[in-house]
Amino acid sequence: MFHWLEQRPFFFAVGVFLVIAFAGLIEIVPDFAQASRPIAGKQPYTLLQLAGRHVYIKDSCNACHSQLIRPFKSETDRYGPYSVSGEYAYDRPFLWGSKRTGPDLHRVGEYRTTDWHENHMWEPTSVVPGSIMPAYKHMFTQNADLETAYAEALTVKKVFNVPYDKPGFTKLGSWEEAKKQALEDAKKIAAEMKNQDVKDAVARGEIPEIVALIAYLNGLH
Amino acid sequence: MQNAALEYDYTVAKWFTYLAIIFGIVGMVIGTYIAFELAFPGLNEVFGQYGTFSRLRPLHTNVVAFGFTLSGIFATFYYVGQRTLKVSIAESKFVHGVAKLHFWLYFLLAALMVVSELMGITTSKEYAEMEWPLDVMTVVVWVLWGMAMFGLIGMRREKTLYISMWYYIATFLGVAMLYLFNNMEVPTYLVTGMGKWYHSVSMYAGTNDALVQWWYGHNAVAFVFTVPIIAMIYYYLPKESGQPVFSYKLSLLSFWGLMFVYLWAGSHHLIYSTVPDWMQTMGSIFSVVLILPSWGSAINMLLTMKGEWNQLKESPLIKFMVLASTFYMLSTLEGPIQSIKSVNALAHFTDWIPGHVHDGTLGWVAFMIIAGTLHMAPRFYKREIYSKKLMEMQFWIQTTGIVLYFSSMWIAGITQGMMWRAVDQYGNLAYSFIDTVTVLHPYYTIRAIGGTLFVTGLLMWAYNFYKTMTSDKVLDKEPAFASPMGA
Repeated sequence: MFHWLEQRPFFFAVGVFLVIAFAGLIEIVPDFAQASRPIAGKQPYTLLQLAGRHVYIKDSCNACHSQLIRPFKSETDRYGPYSVSGEYAYDRPFLWGSKRTGPDLHRVGEYRTTDWHENHMWEPTSVVPGSIMPAYKHMFTQNADLETAYAEALTVKKVFNVPYDKPGFTKLGSWEEAKKQALEDAKKIAAEMKNQDVKDAVARGEIPEIVALIAYLNGLH
Repeated sequence: MQNAALEYDYTVAKWFTYLAIIFGIVGMVIGTYIAFELAFPGLNEVFGQYGTFSRLRPLHTNVVAFGFTLSGIFATFYYVGQRTLKVSIAESKFVHGVAKLHFWLYFLLAALMVVSELMGITTSKEYAEMEWPLDVMTVVVWVLWGMAMFGLIGMRREKTLYISMWYYIATFLGVAMLYLFNNMEVPTYLVTGMGKWYHSVSMYAGTNDALVQWWYGHNAVAFVFTVPIIAMIYYYLPKESGQPVFSYKLSLLSFWGLMFVYLWAGSHHLIYSTVPDWMQTMGSIFSVVLILPSWGSAINMLLTMKGEWNQLKESPLIKFMVLASTFYMLSTLEGPIQSIKSVNALAHFTDWIPGHVHDGTLGWVAFMIIAGTLHMAPRFYKREIYSKKLMEMQFWIQTTGIVLYFSSMWIAGITQGMMWRAVDQYGNLAYSFIDTVTVLHPYYTIRAIGGTLFVTGLLMWAYNFYKTMTSDKVLDKEPAFASPMGA
């Protein structure tokens, strides 16, 4: 049979394809619907948080930080309750990471503050002596891309039925409404920061990347 | 078929070889640089936002996997394909044209990938960072390769597909399937008319996204770092040594075994995560089973050298290939060990994982590509390899580099894993996180030195290849087996 296949490239290719496709079908398909259900009370990201998530992705924070607390005492002691599937229901893409060069961030909003993040992103060793994390000073001068974040929120609302604007869930609204809300959220964060350039930018109606990123990190519970 | 070997057309194979050399150096210089960044964080500031570890790490993985390795795969395919199918690609203008287009489009794609990742345009999924416009382009490049491959197969004189061709076909199909499903994404601009036109959002969320991603991520390793590399060794080792493959049956068992088993193992990346427990266990079990077909191929190759071990002493090319299959065995034993739940609990998220990746990619993948290109060089240019001594030196320098790399990362990984879980006499965590970082400094330094040695070897490879190309001493006929080498 194998000799026969080796002389017939078409059937050979079909054979290979069937053999390699098998595992995916068995492993991935059965739990697909189940695993995508959110836990009760889980809120989709606000526009500002989503813009911050994009900053997180743009600078590949996930290259060094996980967002997945494993069910071990040593991990729950360090990072808080272990992660459960439904917490990730609105995470597109997932940001579990595969390497902890720095600590896990899944519940970083529980134990770090705006002020801490501001100092840390400007100069990591100022709050964590010995840190090998790069400084991210450019986040204080570049603006977050709110419009793309809105486009994404609207897309997931339309295409995947993410419950934006449903009673009891995060309000998105029109682009104008959403922008206004994001700026208000940004002002609250800027009020707790000390960098004058950032404060001035927010006062002018801009949203520096750092503000969006802090909004995202503060929202990680 | 007298002298038929000299009539093959190696244009496209040569082009891809040059790219493999260039991307190999670029990708691994970046890798070494970011390795130094972990040891000496001040380096993060040298190139502003474009030089941070986090921005460069995806660039490193993409350039070495999809720049260096894929170029090596394509280069060897356009060589091995013609020769095992007994057909010159120039016999069909169409197929030859497709192959050339394949090259140029791939080159453009790789360049765009580098630029977009430097700018921070990424989907964040490992080894699938490219945004949707480049994903579309990837599909086109892949289809072109498929057309060239099946075009050649359609024209073949040798009816039976040689083992290497099985693996190239599997590479084509496997990557096509994995890439398509993992990169399912919705372009947000097309839905809303707002924001950046190239932005997209994943079709899968959370746990599902993770599951699809690691089904892809692990098997990208399978179908880029394993399957086509086996295709190479099944051709180049018997050719260079002049020995027939030890066992056809073993190659059969290894091939079909590998195809069936590999795809199950992806979920070992998600042990103790929120994917269902049974999938994690399946990932563990199949990873262990995977030792069989992996070692099957490696043993088949080592036994091909049976009774001919003197060649190992005499030829640096044989050294590269034999050590490659040995590293393949090491890596495919180490992987399953890390997939066992209790070991994974310790190893996951630590530097042991990059350590494991690199004994495979440097010791197995890079060594095979280096050996393949140097075996092809005398056939490409009808010239002897410029310097045997240089190749010997390259071999030992790079082997030292690899050993420094993986041994330092084993120690670093296990040290860190143990420190994360260490408790004092009252059961409280003994170390703060930063303690587990600063302790790694010496290992990060050693790793970076290992990387530097490996890159040094790559430069020697490039120089040797260049001098071979431009030598004015022409061979009167193509070497049958062992490649001729200058002193």
